[in-house]
Amino acid sequence: MNSMSKPEILHFSHAAKDYKSDVKPIWCPGCGHFGVQAALFRALAQLNLPPEQVAVVSGIGCSSRLPAYTECYGFHGIHGRALPLATGLKLARPELTVIVASGDGDALSIGGNHFLHACRRDVDLTCIVMDNAVYGMTKGQPSPTTAPDWHSKIAPGGPGFNPLQPLAVALAAGASFIARGFSGDPNGIVHLLIEAIRHPGFALVQVLSPCVTYRPEEKAWKQQVHAAGVEPTADPVEAARRLFADDGLSTGIFYQRQPSPPTAPLRPASRDLTAIEAAFAL
Amino acid sequence: MSAPFSSTDPIAIAIMGSGGAGAITAGGLLLEAAGRAGWQGLMTRSVGPQIRGGEALAMVRLATAPISAHGDRFDLLLALDWENAERFVGEVPLDANSLIIADPAAGEPPAALRASGAPLLPLPLAQLAKGVPEGRANIVALGVLARWLALPLEPLETVVVRALARKGGSAAHLGQALAVGYDAAAGCNGFRRPLPPVLDAGARWLLTGNEAAALGALRGGIRFAAIYPITPATDLAEWLTPRLQQVGGQLIQAEDEIAALNMALGASYGGVPALTATSGPGLALMTETLGLAVAAEIPVVVVNVMRGGPSTGIPTKSEQSDLNIALYGLHGDAPHLVLAPTSVSDCLFTTQWAVQLAETLQCPAIVLSDQFLGQSQAVCEPPPADSAAPARVTAPVSSERYDRYALTASGVSPMAIPGRPGQQYTADGLEHNPHGTPSSGAADHQAQLDKRRDKLLRHDYGAAWAEVEGEGEIAVLTWGSAAGPVREAAARAQAQGLAVKAIAVRLLAPAQPARLATLLVGVQRVLVVEQSHSQQFLGYLRAHYLLPTDIRILNQPGPLPIRPAAVLAQLSQWK
Ligand SMILES: Cc1ncc(C[n+]2csc(CCOP(=O)(O)OP(=O)(O)O)c2C)c(N)n1
Ligand code: SF4
Repeated sequence: MNSMSKPEILHFSHAAKDYKSDVKPIWCPGCGHFGVQAALFRALAQLNLPPEQVAVVSGIGCSSRLPAYTECYGFHGIHGRALPLATGLKLARPELTVIVASGDGDALSIGGNHFLHACRRDVDLTCIVMDNAVYGMTKGQPSPTTAPDWHSKIAPGGPGFNPLQPLAVALAAGASFIARGFSGDPNGIVHLLIEAIRHPGFALVQVLSPCVTYRPEEKAWKQQVHAAGVEPTADPVEAARRLFADDGLSTGIFYQRQPSPPTAPLRPASRDLTAIEAAFAL
Repeated sequence: MSAPFSSTDPIAIAIMGSGGAGAITAGGLLLEAAGRAGWQGLMTRSVGPQIRGGEALAMVRLATAPISAHGDRFDLLLALDWENAERFVGEVPLDANSLIIADPAAGEPPAALRASGAPLLPLPLAQLAKGVPEGRANIVALGVLARWLALPLEPLETVVVRALARKGGSAAHLGQALAVGYDAAAGCNGFRRPLPPVLDAGARWLLTGNEAAALGALRGGIRFAAIYPITPATDLAEWLTPRLQQVGGQLIQAEDEIAALNMALGASYGGVPALTATSGPGLALMTETLGLAVAAEIPVVVVNVMRGGPSTGIPTKSEQSDLNIALYGLHGDAPHLVLAPTSVSDCLFTTQWAVQLAETLQCPAIVLSDQFLGQSQAVCEPPPADSAAPARVTAPVSSERYDRYALTASGVSPMAIPGRPGQQYTADGLEHNPHGTPSSGAADHQAQLDKRRDKLLRHDYGAAWAEVEGEGEIAVLTWGSAAGPVREAAARAQAQGLAVKAIAVRLLAPAQPARLATLLVGVQRVLVVEQSHSQQFLGYLRAHYLLPTDIRILNQPGPLPIRPAAVLAQLSQWK
């Protein structure tokens, strides 16, 4: 199978529970990440992907704990580096479905450079950024998506910097699928994740995922989040207009285009080593 | 003038010229021609900091036996011009028995070179080249060198035509340029240093250490590489890219070294043996990820081609100063493999071995090459044909619960490969229990630390862990490219009646104290030789091995190579 062919929805032989491991999550009760986990299992079941054909790769953070909670292959790497880890795996094993589980700190701060280049390379990955505008795991510091006036111990009165807009950044960097969901809207994210996994290029799904412990006010997202009410566009100018006009709380697929073809597709071996070595003989 | 040398001594030639003059090309062609005619040899290039152009120096040393270092002096300096030649004075030691051949049109040699007392033979190389259609001074110079060395013109013509005809040079004109040089050099007959006769002209290979390392990687089974460009490792990557594609693999240019190593780790986790190559600054960026490879027990190889440090340091020059970071740069208790090739051609064996060990022991292996080894070109005997089998122990499919980090007698636990049903696990940098579930319990931490240490300690590395030459009550302990001058000095000491045992450590980590103790039985005195300012290798030896009390140290930072005479001088103090 090459990297452009995607799983089709087949008959249902896998149930969501088949993707759940017996490892108990460390997440706080009510954490938004539970919703992402449940939605991912439903999406994988609906795509009928055998768990052993799926690899969930992550960095470090509460959100990045997801791999061990799945019955898929998993790789819980180091902070910020999930995308290159996943890229290597996908390039070496194109037939696997590779999903990246990340947070706003992991993907956009320490992993910001990798984020740009993963978008640019447009390798067939599904990157879920569970955005709670805070560092949950390290107990409540501002992240790159935190508002400038959000008060915390490390930045009393607020960090004072403008947040970045992950989806607009992804568009500029070259991602071919850009969507936003809300962890409190399970059906919505199941749909986004199915489309993202089926998309044969780099698919970014930002999921607004409240940190109930350090940002309890995010519980109000339930009332504030709204559907963007747009169909996916393949026009980057239109997508940019949508993303810049947006309040950051709307959900939907904002942009989807044909992915860029891989520059160096895996080729079958054409020479053996002895032929290569012969060039060294005098 | 008759030179006071034995007719079997190696001959050292330096060819110097400004960018575009073709000094490096000429040096490479000379080495190749001599190799085809049956000699052994080595060429190191030295260039200034300019990106393109600037001055360039080719240092060629030819001999009848394998050599792995430059000598104490040069027999001949051939200068195509003198632009910025002062820069190279330290690299080309001349004396009254040396000869300088230079184009008088290029002006006077720098005073520092004249001060050596080497006689100057003026030859109008540029003007001679003008007399031949498409004539180039560096090809004329090769004709001069052929006469001086008594090297048959035929192999020279073959390699010159093969290399340059592609670039549009006509074979007839190239041959003519060589002949013009050959005839013009009739005047140098009095200074000639004919190459010693070749005894056995068996099959020969010509390759750089970076090529050898890359080939060793391919032989070891590497099929994925991710690299961020850095001197002097980039040419390794550039050689590897098309070859990896030819054997069904791939090389990706990553956005930085952290990404490069993570990509390699991802591929290896996926079951495809993977590598990255870098130099000091890149290795520094990789250390956190190396710790992940240790904890998650994933094979991966980092070829680190050392250059002068710290920081950006001296990017184009050699130094052995990344030893400490390679050994100790990882946080936590993180046992891993560190290996170092002992010559240009040994880059092949050592890298292949590193891949096999990494795959067998499921941990990262750092190969410490350096700019000298990586970018020097050497004539060598072809390595034995390859017969390596895949080394990774993978988990057989079974219905039992799969424990990724199971505690086994060897410490190695069979690895599951994504795609295989029933063995799904999460590779984790978090401490874990045998199943792979994160655990911060003391017992699990202790057990996994023990396991990761013991799998390295229980492995039998065999005699390849070090390269040993000679016997004696004096031992020279060295590693990496410093082994070259040590080998040569030890042989000379032997010839002078001083019995010396030269030991070059190839497997630096895990340390092999019992094996070294065996080698040091009867040894009273140890000379440590290394190319680092802070005596990193001596510190390593003191930390891990029992040494005799009588120790001398020869440690010299880059960029100048350690010369055999400096080693010999240390040894002679014990006479
Ligand atoms: C190199 C490194 N620096 C810092 C940390 C500490 N650290 C762990 S998680 C984290 C931030 C996680 O935030 P985010 O990705 O937003 O995930 P969340 O916990 O909010 O889900 C940090 C800074 C680390 N593990 N590694
Ligand atoms: S700290 Fe926040 S992000 Fe982390 S588990 Fe708790 S609620 Fe979730």
